[in-house]
Amino acid sequence: MDLTLRGVVRRFGAVTALAGVDLNVAEGELLTILGPSGSGKTTLLKIVAGFEFPDEGSVRLGATDVTMSPPRSRDVGMVFQNYALFPHLTVAQNVSFPLEMRHVPKAERQRRVAEALALVELAEYGERLPRQLSGGQQQRVALARAIVFNPRLLLLDEPFGALDRKLREVMQLEVRRLQRRLKLTTLFITHDQEEALILSDRIAVMNAGRIEQIGLPGDVYARPTTRFVADFVGESNLLEGTLLDAGAAEVPRFGRVALAADGAQPGTRATLLVRPEALRVGADAAGLANRATGRIVETVFLGLSVKLRMALEGGLELLARLPLRPSEPLPVAEGEEVPIGFSPEDVHVIAHGAR
Amino acid sequence: MAHASARRDPARARERTLLALAAPALIVLAVLFVWPLIRLLSMSVEGGTLAQFEKAALDELYVAVLWDSLEIALIVTVICLVLAYPVAMWIVQAGRLGFILGMFFLLLPFWTSVLVRTYAWMVLLGRNGIINRMLRDWGWIEFPLPLLHNLLGVLIGIVHVMLPYMVIPIYAALLRIDPDLKRAAEGLGAPAWRTFLRVTLPLSLPGVFAGSALVFVITLGFFITPALLGGGRVVMIATLIEQQVREFLDWNFAAALATVLLVVTLAIYALLGRLTGGQGHAAR
Repeated sequence: MDLTLRGVVRRFGAVTALAGVDLNVAEGELLTILGPSGSGKTTLLKIVAGFEFPDEGSVRLGATDVTMSPPRSRDVGMVFQNYALFPHLTVAQNVSFPLEMRHVPKAERQRRVAEALALVELAEYGERLPRQLSGGQQQRVALARAIVFNPRLLLLDEPFGALDRKLREVMQLEVRRLQRRLKLTTLFITHDQEEALILSDRIAVMNAGRIEQIGLPGDVYARPTTRFVADFVGESNLLEGTLLDAGAAEVPRFGRVALAADGAQPGTRATLLVRPEALRVGADAAGLANRATGRIVETVFLGLSVKLRMALEGGLELLARLPLRPSEPLPVAEGEEVPIGFSPEDVHVIAHGAR
Repeated sequence: MAHASARRDPARARERTLLALAAPALIVLAVLFVWPLIRLLSMSVEGGTLAQFEKAALDELYVAVLWDSLEIALIVTVICLVLAYPVAMWIVQAGRLGFILGMFFLLLPFWTSVLVRTYAWMVLLGRNGIINRMLRDWGWIEFPLPLLHNLLGVLIGIVHVMLPYMVIPIYAALLRIDPDLKRAAEGLGAPAWRTFLRVTLPLSLPGVFAGSALVFVITLGFFITPALLGGGRVVMIATLIEQQVREFLDWNFAAALATVLLVVTLAIYALLGRLTGGQGHAAR
């Protein structure tokens, strides 16, 4: 069922945790709330789950207004950060819990618990206690418990944080597949932008109690509408400057930057975003409209790419990321002076005051 | 190998240091507590006979008193449990102020001696005590209620003394429960009372058992409060033992009764310990 938030405001004394949030999660969609700690995403989650109530605004699940409903009447399945499995109940009893609360007859309960456990590939683990399982298995139990009662909405509260990297990637894809297969409307809360890009149908980036931008992962990454989003999602070079007419901007300590996009008022202050992978270094930079010379300050080897920190003559620092192949040596060395460049198409303009 | 003995094992050395530091206390306990206890217990079988135990087991009076004591201990435990659990829950959820306030009122009685508190109850509960006078002044009763020198008085006094011993372990157990578990239960559709019965209560059982064991065992051997508030009409086993020593100078029989009390106490401890151990294990 779809979830709709309208003008949700939540204050704690003098602190405004949510300053008017509008949001719509379509049926079967996985929408991610991405934001740093303190951005209000946890408060938002609690309001959707019913552990907190908004001071203003409304929360609707499908056609039902649940703004002030207690959690138990919302039919929302939630996977907690630490899974919150009942330690004194077995895996099967944990998964059975929401069904018992809904007075599902015992035979059907057993069948559905078995189904849910099979879905998360833990069919053999029903009689174990949670502490006898690994972190990844515990998370699957939490997931099974959250979906076994066909919830109207699935809430995931940073569920991958406690897992090691390899397992996290496996679980992320598994959750994604399951969510698509069951067509579960899902609200996923995270501070990890990489995770958000991998999992989401759409991403809502939160900052200071507001949603700064909401859109497809590719859009949020390539065309952020605010400086905060550009900075928070992915790695970025942000150049502050002033727009000139005729598709160009003036950036102090760099000079004139040619832009592909046009249309903004000349004289407007703007942030120019150039992703590290859009920077060309060495011979590749020749012929590009925007060029400069930089000294390599630092190289970070990342396996499939190398990250370069470069200081320009004017004092600006830029990040570049170059793809690597195992057979090739690093193309540049620290301390080297190299030409760098980027094409006008790779510059994204965030005009200030144009929000 | 030659070097092994010359090099000192740091863990071993640390153990020795700690033992040396604990020694004074251990010696004091051994000389002033363990040895007299053994002496006392050995008195009960003096002359190589079990006659004293036979007397304790066959005389209806002594069996009845032991039985009464067990009953009083059980009643006190149940009352304390019922009173203490909500208090512990309140302190847990009331936050910092609740903690300070709750602990203050719980620990306040510990700063006054049991004797003083018991006399205070006598002042409150007596025929012409504060409570009876107030009720009469308000015209609620015509004749004073029998609050003192009976089971009721004894129970009130003991419960008052024992309450903190129940609240604190339950509080500690409740505090260890992850608050997300409660949220999870609510989110999964449980009303408050089912969340309590299925999640909070089972997870707090180690505290319940620990508190019950403490209260039951301490009450079983309680002396001052039943002696004073019971006014001779409610006799518990400790009172009986004291009588044997002070009035009849029958040390051997007193020792036998003390041994019985000790054995019963240890048996109950072992039983509850087994329950607590099992629960604590499951709840982790």
